[in-house]
Order: sequence, then C-alpha cells, then structure tokens
Amino acid sequence: MKIAVCVKQVPDTWAEKRLRPADSLLDRESAEGVLNELDEYAVEEALKIQEAHGGEVTIVSMGPERAVETIRKALSMGADAGIHIVDDALSGSDALATSAVLAGVLKDRGFDLIIFGSESTDARMSVVPAMVSERLGLPQLTFAQKVDVNGGTITIERQTDYGFDSVEASSPVVVSVVEKINEPRYPSFKGIMAAKKKPLETLSVADAGVAAGSVGTGAAWSVVADFAARPPKAAGTIVNDEGAGGVKIAEFLATNKII
Amino acid sequence: MAPILVVVEHADGVVKKVTLELLTLARSLGEPAAVWLGPGYGDAAASQLAEYGAGTAYVVDNSDMVDFVVAPKTEALAAVVKQASPAAILIASSAEGKEIAGRLAIKIESGVITDAVAIAPDLTATQSVFGGSTIVHSTVTHGIPIITVRPNSTAPEAAATALSRVDVEVPVSEGARGAKVTGRTAATKASRPELSEAAIVVSGGRGVGGPEGFGVIESLADSLGAAVGASRAATDAGWYPHQYQVGQTGKTVSPQLYVANGISGAIQHRAGMQTSKMIVVVNKDSEAPIFELADFGVVGDLFAVVPQLTDEVQKRKG
Repeated sequence: MKIAVCVKQVPDTWAEKRLRPADSLLDRESAEGVLNELDEYAVEEALKIQEAHGGEVTIVSMGPERAVETIRKALSMGADAGIHIVDDALSGSDALATSAVLAGVLKDRGFDLIIFGSESTDARMSVVPAMVSERLGLPQLTFAQKVDVNGGTITIERQTDYGFDSVEASSPVVVSVVEKINEPRYPSFKGIMAAKKKPLETLSVADAGVAAGSVGTGAAWSVVADFAARPPKAAGTIVNDEGAGGVKIAEFLATNKII
Repeated sequence: MAPILVVVEHADGVVKKVTLELLTLARSLGEPAAVWLGPGYGDAAASQLAEYGAGTAYVVDNSDMVDFVVAPKTEALAAVVKQASPAAILIASSAEGKEIAGRLAIKIESGVITDAVAIAPDLTATQSVFGGSTIVHSTVTHGIPIITVRPNSTAPEAAATALSRVDVEVPVSEGARGAKVTGRTAATKASRPELSEAAIVVSGGRGVGGPEGFGVIESLADSLGAAVGASRAATDAGWYPHQYQVGQTGKTVSPQLYVANGISGAIQHRAGMQTSKMIVVVNKDSEAPIFELADFGVVGDLFAVVPQLTDEVQKRKG
C-alpha cells in the first residue's frame, strides 16, 4: 500500500497569529512553525495502516524553506520519505493554487491512499482535501473518525453533526482525518536520528507540472482588501459569588431579554 | 437582476435555520433563489423558502445527492449555476458546505471565501480570523463569488414572496459516485439544537471535574433550550464526546449567548467562541483569561452557581 500524507507547517497552535500589514499574508516569522496538529493524526493513521498492511509512507508538503522541519518531524514519527515543494512563486497561494500544486505532485506516483488532516489551524478553510479529490477525480473520504482498509476497499466513519456516516470507496482515495481518530505517537530519539537520513525530494512549481504564473498572490482568485485587529471588548461586569451568583446571571440575562 | 443562489441545508424535508439566515442575507445582495439538492422537497420546504423571500427554488430531486459524498452535489450545483447565471453563490459554513464550495470553485473556475460573518452589497465578505482577533475584508476577483457564511451571522427575517419551482435534471457522472454512503448513525439523541446553529451554547471545561459533572451543564442547557459544548480539556479527558468540542481544533460557534463554565479561556478555546454576541462566564479562578471576554462573569463554584441559575431560569419561565 502506497500512502501519501499531505502536511502543512503552521504557526504554533498556542501562539497569537497576525497578518503582515505590507501584503496581508500570515506572518509566519512571528511564531514558531510546527507541524499542523491535525496533520499529526494523519501521519499516525498512515503509520498504523502501514503497520497492518505494509507499504510505504511519503510525506508531502508545500511551503517555504523552513517547512522542511515539518517534513522531518513527520519522518521522525516513522514515515519513509519526503517531498517538499518549495518555490518563491508559491508565496500567497490560495487554496485553489495549493490544491493544484498538490494534485500535480500526487497524480502520477501511484498512491493508493492520500491522507490529510481535516483542517489547518491557521487558515481553517477545510477545503484542500476536497479540492485535491476534485482535481484528481478520486473518491472523497473526508472527516474520517475511523478508517478501515480491506484490500482495495476503504471504509470510513465520516463525522457529521448528528454522529457519523459510514462511507465506502475503492482505492485510490483521498482521506482526511479528525483528531478523534487516534493518538499520535511522539518521535523517539532513534526516529529523530533516522529521519535525518531519509530521502527527501525537493520540487519546484514547474516540477509539479503547474505554471508559475497560476500560483502565488498574483494568481489568487480572492484577495484581502483590508484587515484590522478586532476592537477590544468593553470590560464586562464581574462579581464574586456570595450565594446569589446564579440569580445575578439570571437577572443579567433577563435585562438583556435572553430569558 | 442576477439571482443570488442559496444552497439549502435541510433535514427530513425541513429547511434549517442557517438557510433562512442566508436567504435574509441574500435579499440585501439581490434576488434570492434557493437550490435544493436531494430528495424531500415538498410543501413544507416550499412555504419556508417563500416566507423568507426565495423567488425560485431549483430542485435537483436525485438520491445520488445524499447517497454519495459531496461530489454529486457539486456537479448538480454547477449545473444550476450554469442555468441561473447568479451574481453570487451562498453556502452555509458547515463541514460539507465548505467542501461543496471548494469543489465548485474548481468546476466553475471561481474564487471562494469561507466562513464569512457578513457580506456587503458589493459582495465584499467580512471574516473573523485567528479566533476572532482579526477582522478581514475579502473579495473574490475571478468568476462568480462563492461565499460560505457562518451560522448565526444574520438574524432571519421573513419577507414572503411567490415561489416558483424549477426542476433541474442532472446526470451524475460515474466519477462522482465513488464514495458511497452505506449507513448513517446518530451518536446521540438529537433533543438539543445543533451546536454550530444553536442560539445559545452552554459549555463545560476542566472545572467540571469529570463526566458526571456535565449533568449540571446539560440541565442549564436544557432550561435555556441551548446546545452543550465542551473545551478541549474536557473532550481530551473523555468527559464529553469529541464532536461537542468548541475551539481551534473543534467547532467554531457564534451564538447569541455563550455560557462558559469552568473554562480557563486558552487561545485553543477562545478561537472557537470569541465571536459570540454575549458571553457569560462562571469560574473559580478570578485570574482566568476567559473573564477578559465576559459581558457578565461570576467568580465562584460552578456547582453552586450553575444549578442556581438553572432553577432561576425555570422559575422565570413559569
């Protein structure tokens, strides 16, 4: 089973994020770059499937030079090889361009499973897995809280508002996973050492078969007109509970016509 | 005037509240037209859509829409777009809504904006990003703007009109029938409103102390007709099911009222609830950062304050 896991480097989940005034792009320098949290679950799921069914796990990431740290992190968890798409032309790419580049890289490599985290903690659009599925014409098994592999048949539990749907498709497929699915492993010291020697392929936009003019800020089909910090919230009323705290909340809600 | 297409979210033949919000919003942008994908369109739905101002309902009554994941809906929507030539397409910012938007953007070669909280008449979308800390105005610069809108962004207001039904036949391609839905499982009884759509959300966090502690949270929620949410600390500990997690890696909600109980207010959680219209906080720790967001806060033991609040709400309801 050939498995690709697409990962993204994002600012640390716990850090305050901001946009750069000059170009309205995410300020990636202001916070430590980490492997997108939900992608850790994708890597873990790939490794579990590999342990049960054999095969190879390849990490694919599009991002600036330093995104290579994120690929190494995934390799240190146990993945076999990495592909890094790095190109100045990519800066400011929207989800449409990102999905085109990923699809270009993934398409002729014979992957049976292409696994994503269900969203990135910075952009939070949750659209790239569906877009890659659309571009490659592959079945979309997204928002999986459980993945079962049975030969060429892949079955997932797709998380929904009411519970889950059981969904079935024949490989190759595109999968995205939610955090409920597993508990990602920590890289071992041995894993970290081994990751340094694992094969890493570096590709340009042209290598992905995509024209440089169709990616990046200039080619984005949506643009940020302006942005501003949210105005600070006026301080609310804070009281100590001296036995009537619940009643006081009820009075506040009644004054505001909530109850 | 070119129509504004609104993709209808529905269950059991009934239009969901978020669609009524989107129709209300669409009226400020142009002439709303509804798109119904899947079986179940009937008089109940038609009268709801007419009441909220949809002049046309494009109906794709084809069970492939629900029997296969997302791809058939996208093909059908693309066919309706071709027929209707809309000025914009509005879709609810649900997990599936955003997937449809993303795939449609490729099909009709148009830009897409997700998670808008407002849209101006010139179709500039307002987004609240990074957990509500930054307000962004964005526009689509290519094709027909596809914009997904968060639930609770607009108050639904009726404005009745005459509705005409237009049936659209869409032959779903074999390629779009790859991911087959073989079963649907309801994890819990749907007695409470859906978390992402609810007007009121009552949440519990680490301070709730364990799964049994969520009893007082649920009682308050039920007295207010609210949905129940939980912080990541509570869902990671297994105290409450994961699908109720509010936060950066869970659901984003912006209800009329958010009641945070025993939640400290780490960025992880704030990112999912900061845009709530009104926030009430109960926490033992007066230093908890969540108090910075509170319109009204009580420093105290939630096991004393919350049950008292529940009783008081019941009393006032009579």
